[in-house]
Amino acid sequence: MTDRHNGKVPAVEVQDLTVAYREQPALWDVDLTVPSGVLLAIVGPNGAGKTTLLKAILGLLRPVAGQVLVFGQPVEQQRRRISYVPQRGSVDWDFPTSVLDVVMMGTYGELGWIRRPGRRERERALAALDQVGMRELSDRQISQLSGGQQQRVFLARALVQDADIYLMDEPFQGVDALTERAIVTLLQQLRAQGKTVMAVHHDLQTVPEYFDWVMLLNVRRIACGPVTEVFNEQNLRLTYGGRFAMAAFAREVEEAAPAIVTPDRSRSGGDDHGTGAA
Amino acid sequence: MTAPQIEIQLIAAIVAAACALPGAFLVLRRMALISDAISHAMLLGIVVGFFLTEDLNSPLLILGATLTGLLTALLVELLHRTGLVREDAAIGLVFPALFSIGVILISRYAGSVHLDTDVVLLGELAFAPFDRVVVAGWDIGPKGLYAGGVILLINAALIALFYKELKLATFDPGLAAALGFSPAAIHYGLMGVTSLTAVGAFDSVGAILTVALFIAPAAAAYLLTDDLARMLFLSVGLGVAAALSGYWLAFLLDASIAGSMATMAGVIFGLAWCFAPERGLVAAARRRARQRWEFAQRMLAIHLLNHERQPGAEPELQVEHLWQELRWDREFATRVVSLAEGRGLITRQNGRLELTDRGRLLAEESLLA
Repeated sequence: MTDRHNGKVPAVEVQDLTVAYREQPALWDVDLTVPSGVLLAIVGPNGAGKTTLLKAILGLLRPVAGQVLVFGQPVEQQRRRISYVPQRGSVDWDFPTSVLDVVMMGTYGELGWIRRPGRRERERALAALDQVGMRELSDRQISQLSGGQQQRVFLARALVQDADIYLMDEPFQGVDALTERAIVTLLQQLRAQGKTVMAVHHDLQTVPEYFDWVMLLNVRRIACGPVTEVFNEQNLRLTYGGRFAMAAFAREVEEAAPAIVTPDRSRSGGDDHGTGAA
Repeated sequence: MTAPQIEIQLIAAIVAAACALPGAFLVLRRMALISDAISHAMLLGIVVGFFLTEDLNSPLLILGATLTGLLTALLVELLHRTGLVREDAAIGLVFPALFSIGVILISRYAGSVHLDTDVVLLGELAFAPFDRVVVAGWDIGPKGLYAGGVILLINAALIALFYKELKLATFDPGLAAALGFSPAAIHYGLMGVTSLTAVGAFDSVGAILTVALFIAPAAAAYLLTDDLARMLFLSVGLGVAAALSGYWLAFLLDASIAGSMATMAGVIFGLAWCFAPERGLVAAARRRARQRWEFAQRMLAIHLLNHERQPGAEPELQVEHLWQELRWDREFATRVVSLAEGRGLITRQNGRLELTDRGRLLAEESLLA
């Protein structure tokens, strides 16, 4: 499918996207072009708008400005080609259902309203569970899963959708080393099939190892491109060093301060005197 | 049993079953209290509808009351969304406002309408058999039975049709939205069903106790199973059980049927809470006790493993030393020893304990883990 696009139409194109929660901007005028077939890490500090960006691409949030194109079209027309792996903690794992059932939810999109999943959907769900090494746990209650197993179930559910673009919110969050390896292998398989993956990622050290593209985000887009080109100290400082830079900036101001502050003080002293006199 | 008795029980069972179906989803979506809000607030819709139609069973009145229920859910959400009020507070603000307007209207015009406060608040199932459906001169049964039956059928049909969507939107609203199923539509659909059901329950158990029929059977079923479909069937079964046992409790005590049904719903939940096979209090306590004995046997095995090859450790291997060395009391130590012996973890000769191969394996495994 992706071959048809020859990598010319970007998988995801975000133009001038601003998203705000109650007037508080979470994303400021973000531009982003993700070519088809890359593994892209989205990195940035807490509150940088990483999850917001994923949700906006999915059309779950209404932007204040800007637009998102998926393979050149509005996301509503491309839902079938996008698969979403939310944060593990976003659902209630005590919900009365089984592993297989959760994975089958990935087929609901193509089933549409009312139609129930059947044997075909079941087979596909089992195959996806195979891919993440969870087939033998397919009847397990989801409340009995470890964190790593929960994440694998979510990945299997995304695989079932057989999409072209995978949006993953912190797929490595709180998983064991074995699961982390398994996920990395899976991501590489997806890339080999020409799929595009955008994953919110926290561990900066593993970015060059796991991903080939990276987006540095902190409400604004700091940089986006191949890891080899944009994943450097300067961009990281711009992304994470906001506070540090502010502190440095403040210190510089302080050092330069006496000259500025003294007349200020004398003026305020004069005011005091003035009010005292009044 | 007399015919009216059977009819009352049938109506009660049908109403309880109708409530239990949306109730299961309300419990899973942590929206139990919204059903309380809806069942109260719709008093306003019923009163206004009654003034307009002068008929408690008019479809217009049912429609009006259902819309009031939806309005309640909408107002709660709008208020909550301003970010100035939390959801529980929003519920607490919206429904008393609507409910109290209804109360004022009833008390102001009580003289001119056949709608009294007691019936509104607590329902009156006992009178249900007097209100008959007569077709071409034939009495074909009480109206409550038909109203309840229709509502139950609607609920069952909608949940059967949209089972997949309800499950998805309840478990993972984010994915539901991403797949193109509107979680908002599903939310208001469920609110609509809840409102319609509350109208039906209103006649039987009144505004105050409706919430018991929505929540208690579903909350009990949640403790009894790990499968959503089974939870739905169990909710219905437990709701019916509460209705029937409640009727007979009321009969025995010569008390309010609505109050007795709600009480039995609570009792059934209490039983599930205590005795549910895996999640109940008793099961949890037994599991803890079993773990305690299991853990003690492991400790014993590790203790013996540590000392069996030490020279001069003979005293450590004596039963009498356990309570001194491990600070176990005598009874506990004796019990642990005999349990471990029974499981073939240790053997005992003249008061001297020795690990079997199995016991040694367990100790070594425990140390590794």
